[in-house]
Amino acid sequence: MDFSPVLISLRTAAAAIVFTFFLGVFAAKAVAGIRSKECKMILDGILTLPLVLPPTVAGFFLLYIFGVRGPVGRFFLDYFSVKIAFSWSATVLAAVAISFPLMYRSARGALEQVDPNLVYAARTLGMSEWAIFRKVSLPTAMPGVASGGVLAFARGLGEFGATAMIAGNIAGKTRTLPLAIYSAAAAGDMDTAYNYVLIIVIVSFVVVALMNYFTAKETRSFGRRGR
Amino acid sequence: MSVRVSIKKRVSSNFRLEAEFQSSGECLGILGASGCGKSMTLKCIAGIETPDEGHISLNGRVVFDSAKKINLRPQARRVGYLFQSYALFPRMTVGENITAGLPFSRRERCRVAGEWTRRFGLGGLEGRYPDQLSGGQQQRTALARMLCREPEVILLDEPFSALDTFLREQMQVRLLELLESRRDVIMVTHNRDEAYKLCPQMLVMDEGRVLKKGRTREMFLSPGSVQAARLTGCKNISPITRTGEREVFARDWGLTLRTAEPPGEDITHAGIRAHDLVPLWEDGPEAARLSYNVLDVAPVQRAEDPFEHIVLFTNAAARGPEEKGLIWWKCSKYMFQDIPKRLFIPPELILLLRDDNIAGSLRTLTEERP
Repeated sequence: MDFSPVLISLRTAAAAIVFTFFLGVFAAKAVAGIRSKECKMILDGILTLPLVLPPTVAGFFLLYIFGVRGPVGRFFLDYFSVKIAFSWSATVLAAVAISFPLMYRSARGALEQVDPNLVYAARTLGMSEWAIFRKVSLPTAMPGVASGGVLAFARGLGEFGATAMIAGNIAGKTRTLPLAIYSAAAAGDMDTAYNYVLIIVIVSFVVVALMNYFTAKETRSFGRRGR
Repeated sequence: MSVRVSIKKRVSSNFRLEAEFQSSGECLGILGASGCGKSMTLKCIAGIETPDEGHISLNGRVVFDSAKKINLRPQARRVGYLFQSYALFPRMTVGENITAGLPFSRRERCRVAGEWTRRFGLGGLEGRYPDQLSGGQQQRTALARMLCREPEVILLDEPFSALDTFLREQMQVRLLELLESRRDVIMVTHNRDEAYKLCPQMLVMDEGRVLKKGRTREMFLSPGSVQAARLTGCKNISPITRTGEREVFARDWGLTLRTAEPPGEDITHAGIRAHDLVPLWEDGPEAARLSYNVLDVAPVQRAEDPFEHIVLFTNAAARGPEEKGLIWWKCSKYMFQDIPKRLFIPPELILLLRDDNIAGSLRTLTEERP
């Protein structure tokens, strides 16, 4: 059995979660800080769109922007001689785009749950806005942010549609586990498909179990608020 | 050394805050019902909320002025704010909470945390998280965190409302000691006992406006308005009709009252505190002598505090339901003999009150009565 899809998938999901985590948290901070309700609603809609669009449509947009003829794709090709589409980085790009809304929404929910009095108190104590975010808001919201991160990781691991659109299905290069399962099943090689399915089921289960373990631990040591 | 506030803020379509006052060198209490704008006023002083217009200065230092476009960030105001729920950072230990944001080295932080935890009786708890502390310890942590920065002005927002009775009284005494050396403290409360105990000066707020300000003792002796009388705990308030130079008719009780002072033109109500009513027991010597301000009463309901009897009466000789307004009487258990049949209302203890209700709804309501 070819193990390259397993490695590609894990590497993709690992690289994607780094980008998704930071982008998601900062997008959440930015949107949570917007005062105008309309502005917030529109921005929130745009940032959540990849979650509700069919992944192939999201992939189509990615292809449109990052493809060889797309504005960003051409920029990278001309200035750095890097081709994004149909390379390994495209699998990461697809995973980031699709998992971002999950991260963003969980982080925003968690940040908005933070008692505003904590932020006010920190201000009267002379802490800078950045220090308040880093040392007060984010740590307080961490259980929610972390479980958002785990969900985003799992979603990145299972990404299929957008990956197929922008990264293709190149064996040993962009063929992730879901694509490998599709290819194996399409070719009638059910034994290989079973093995891949088993691997992805185990990995996903471990991820969810880890998430539960961490959130339960968080609640035990810090969650007894509101007494 | 003073705090000067003169601000206006539209909070919602039907609530406007208009606060104007000055505190100088003593603890100032702001007494008001919940939702009257007292916390909003504190938040404006601290810079957490921004008024629409006005001026705020702390010890002569302007921190907000809408005309001059000055609006200092809360970080730069040097104000200590004690939140009702203390707002301790849940993911920081006691030590980290106290030194959060201080621009010190690690060693210096440790020293400060050690010194201030000791000073507030929190020694050995530096490594605990807030949710591992009792309510009193949480409050002391918040106080230490606030005071170690040496703020110029201290703002206390309902500081005792989250504590149980025993802790509350302990913390009140401790705070009293603590505040003796401090000059500029503003405390918001809805509890008249707290205000009386801790604040030599007081301010009564209602519906976003300052009704009255002055020495606390005088405020309790002559609150001046119906709303202020209620907030300072006066239970018995009745609309009146003037019947003579020093005589009014209390419509809710069907009783003509002699007053010590002639009531002014704007006086619409009379009040008497539940503790100030004098019981006339059958065999007492005063019973026969007194010929005015005596009310024959019938008990309606009775309740008991640990140290007090509380009886609700109505006028026994009422000529109709409109004269059956409830009269509260409170009596210490040491003095209590029996439920009296007659009550005497001392003229000098009658509170002459005007109605400061902005909409005048109370006044029209009472005037429309037949």
